[in-house]
Amino acid sequence: MSPLDLLVAVPLALMIAALLLGTWVRWLLLTAIPVMAGLTVWLLLLPEGSAHVVGDWNLPLGVQLRADGVAQLMVGAMAACASIVGLYALHEFAPGPDRSETAHGYAFWPLFYLLWGGANAGFLSTDLFNLYIALEMVSLAAVAMAAMGSLRAALRYFVIALVGSLAYLLGVALLFANYATVDVTLLAEMARPDLATKTALAVMTAGLLIKAAVFPLHGWLPPAHAAAPAPASALLSAIVVKVGFVILLRLWFEAFPAIVAPAGLEVLGWLGALAVLYGSVQAIRQDSLKALVAYSTVAQIGYLLLAFPLVATAAGSGGAWAGMTIHAIAHMLAKAAMFLAAGLMLKAVNGHRLKDLHGLARAMPLTVAAFGLAAVSLMGLPPSAGFIAKFLLLEAAVEQGAVFAAAVLIVGGLMAAVYLFNPLAWTFAGSDTPVVEATAPLRTAAPLALALLAVSLGFAGQAMVDVAASATSARLPAAVAVDVR
Amino acid sequence: MIHFLPLLLVFLPFVPALISFALPDRMAVWRDVTNISFALIKLGLVGFLLLAAREGVITEWRYEFLPGHDFILRADSIALLFVTLSAFLWLITTVFAIGYFGRGPHLARFFGFFNLCVLAATGVAMSGTTITFFLFYELLTLATWPLVVHRGDEKSLRAGRIYLIYTLAGSAAYLAGIVWLSSLVGRVEFTAPPDLSGIPRLELTLIFILCIGGLGVKAALIPFHGWLPEAMAAPAPVSALLHAVAVVKAGAFGILRIIYDVFGIETVSDLGLATPLAMLAGATILYGSFRALMQNDIKKRLAYSTVSQVSYIILGASLIGPFAIIGALVHLVHQGIMKITLFMCAGTLANRMGIKSVTDLDGAGRAMPVTMAAFSIGALGMIGIPPTAGFISKWYLGLGGLQSDARWVIAVLAGSSLLNALYFLPLLYRAYLLPPPEGRLPVRELDGTWNRMLVLPAALTGLTVLAAGLFATFPLSPLSWAVLIAERGYLK
Repeated sequence: MSPLDLLVAVPLALMIAALLLGTWVRWLLLTAIPVMAGLTVWLLLLPEGSAHVVGDWNLPLGVQLRADGVAQLMVGAMAACASIVGLYALHEFAPGPDRSETAHGYAFWPLFYLLWGGANAGFLSTDLFNLYIALEMVSLAAVAMAAMGSLRAALRYFVIALVGSLAYLLGVALLFANYATVDVTLLAEMARPDLATKTALAVMTAGLLIKAAVFPLHGWLPPAHAAAPAPASALLSAIVVKVGFVILLRLWFEAFPAIVAPAGLEVLGWLGALAVLYGSVQAIRQDSLKALVAYSTVAQIGYLLLAFPLVATAAGSGGAWAGMTIHAIAHMLAKAAMFLAAGLMLKAVNGHRLKDLHGLARAMPLTVAAFGLAAVSLMGLPPSAGFIAKFLLLEAAVEQGAVFAAAVLIVGGLMAAVYLFNPLAWTFAGSDTPVVEATAPLRTAAPLALALLAVSLGFAGQAMVDVAASATSARLPAAVAVDVR
Repeated sequence: MIHFLPLLLVFLPFVPALISFALPDRMAVWRDVTNISFALIKLGLVGFLLLAAREGVITEWRYEFLPGHDFILRADSIALLFVTLSAFLWLITTVFAIGYFGRGPHLARFFGFFNLCVLAATGVAMSGTTITFFLFYELLTLATWPLVVHRGDEKSLRAGRIYLIYTLAGSAAYLAGIVWLSSLVGRVEFTAPPDLSGIPRLELTLIFILCIGGLGVKAALIPFHGWLPEAMAAPAPVSALLHAVAVVKAGAFGILRIIYDVFGIETVSDLGLATPLAMLAGATILYGSFRALMQNDIKKRLAYSTVSQVSYIILGASLIGPFAIIGALVHLVHQGIMKITLFMCAGTLANRMGIKSVTDLDGAGRAMPVTMAAFSIGALGMIGIPPTAGFISKWYLGLGGLQSDARWVIAVLAGSSLLNALYFLPLLYRAYLLPPPEGRLPVRELDGTWNRMLVLPAALTGLTVLAAGLFATFPLSPLSWAVLIAERGYLK
């Protein structure tokens, strides 16, 4: 047994348990959290680049799970996110007072564990087909969660996600036909720059861009994320899009670094820049709080893509790589915190518009504080993990003379300040204290804990860079790996 | 142990911040006690460091927070100048704020963020690298915003918005500048200017403009001063400590650091950037005074006066000469105590008598003699009349101008003094010589603890303004400390 297996297997077992023991959700969650936390710590303590072949079927037939820096950071942030969101969701999706189950309450928990297991598989696996399965598990859970808010948005999400999956699967089939393996590490050794490989890379990338909601393929995200119940939105925005992103990393920097053209990286970088600008403009224009937060996700995903050309040409240090990875986990924590806080505030005032937040800072100071701290990280202001990420990326951009990328990083941060301070200003407006329903302490604590985590990771910059870099030395493209060392 | 002192000093206000946030309004007494005692503890620590620094012991705390970037807090003599000022005024303003708000609602938030601002200002002062400086500079922006919008009315929210747009854009420019610079020369510490030879002049000039422009926003250099008069919508204690002292000084202090410790005076004069900056500062001095003359609202008048007075520091820094830098450093302190006196008096007048505009001031001297006396000392100091502190600043700045062959500085100083007289003396005239309006109720200025907490802090800083001028040559006076700094490193 290895924690790598268990990190995938335990959530799936819990999913089945949740299906069978619907009314015991509380106990299941209280078991899941310490177990998953223990496994995550175990994962973080594994020696650098540990890998494990599932079921003793060796490569190229078997499926390999591997703990590199990216996987460690993502799985760790995922565990923190899922645990806290789960505790928050207990209230919303718990059995009724007479221990009867509600439809949503019954449906949510299996999906929740499915998402957890699927995401962990997506972060840990190095097998492209296995990654496809992970992607499908996550998408399935995500679509169903979105359907709890708006069936229409979920349907749209479903159709688009299906297209993305098929495109990805097509690429996997092409690769298997060509190389008789779909393991990332083996592909890296064999990769030939022929048409089939390039086609496969192109269609898989397109599919993943849909899954990660990268501009201009982001259209499904805002309605789906804005309509879902708060814990579901938090999971969708924080985690689901990151799975597509991590697979994209595996593909571009691990399997085919030798054959990706600089032009291709440039295109991804441009898409990222456009996503930052477009998402921010849209977020500024929103009048509804959850739509604003959803568009902010579109913008923040853009930074991850913006980093692609910077990572590929990284000179001198692995700063860009670390910046990109840290940005992914910073966004995970901060966005989950923000959706949970937004959910609490909107529920308290029974509205959805920014102006409904009037004066809330006096009525629910802790929730507004959580929103504000999450906003600090999203804006990339110190002290926060978001700042560390933004700073590392900015430094890499300036060192490489990528003036445009540097400008987007700075302008994007300012635009984030514009759209995030706007709701905060509403919470300060007026001098009366609105009367709102009291929120359970646990639910108030959840977004605050996530936001504090996002902020306090800003003091652990060095440690995060070390973990992220342990990945780069293991397997970045040769030209880059030399520089990294 | 002593290495932890800078860290302790910076993060000390975090404790009262948390306590203030946590205590409910009904336990406000404990909040007040906590705030005052921590301000006292901090002042004690500062005194200890000050004595150590006089003996030449510079304490420093560092850790590597990112690869290649150290987080450094250093209690060098110039840092302590600013820290001493902020620690002393923090104590004074805390007492004043308690008197000002009394037992009003939602003060937990106010005092919490107030402490965070002090934390950030101390951090700005003690930062040992450009990046560390940025961290605290940005934190200062974030912690001030809730104080600006504290009242929650339309005007405050607008002021908050304008404040953020200006300051966040400014710090973004500064960040771009320092990252650019460190990509060229590696890490930049404030101990000695890095070797900048071999870097194209154009690039250096652009970096300088980004840094100074970015910092100039908080220092309210024209054309970036627009936020300051708007921010007067904040409650008086905020205007007093933050806008007169912490925020604008953070900008001015950063400019000092950039000129002297990052670029070095030789490079700055080599690039031909010193004179334009001095002229911009001169223009700001005159422009601010002109605008102040036109304001009827007392706080707005004081705000424009701040725009003008802070640029004295920048003027002194950019004249590049021993007397000029002494003038700049000493004015950093003097402007702080004079302006805080004026703002606290303005706050008291508004709070107790409802006096907000210049025309309401008639007869106020008779109603609130102590407050008006303190106000008068502050105003005379601003004009630069001996023996107040303001005179010392202007004297050294003037000498500095002569020494650097910039005779126009004398004209600027004289013109500004004249304008200061024009916009302050009518206030004094109204307060002392005109009869009070009919029907004004008599005010008992010093009755009760609340009133005393409101009035006495201003009286104390007013006396300090006099003392800093009268005893300027005594050891540990602002002037002698400025001379010490100049002798130790800024007189190359």
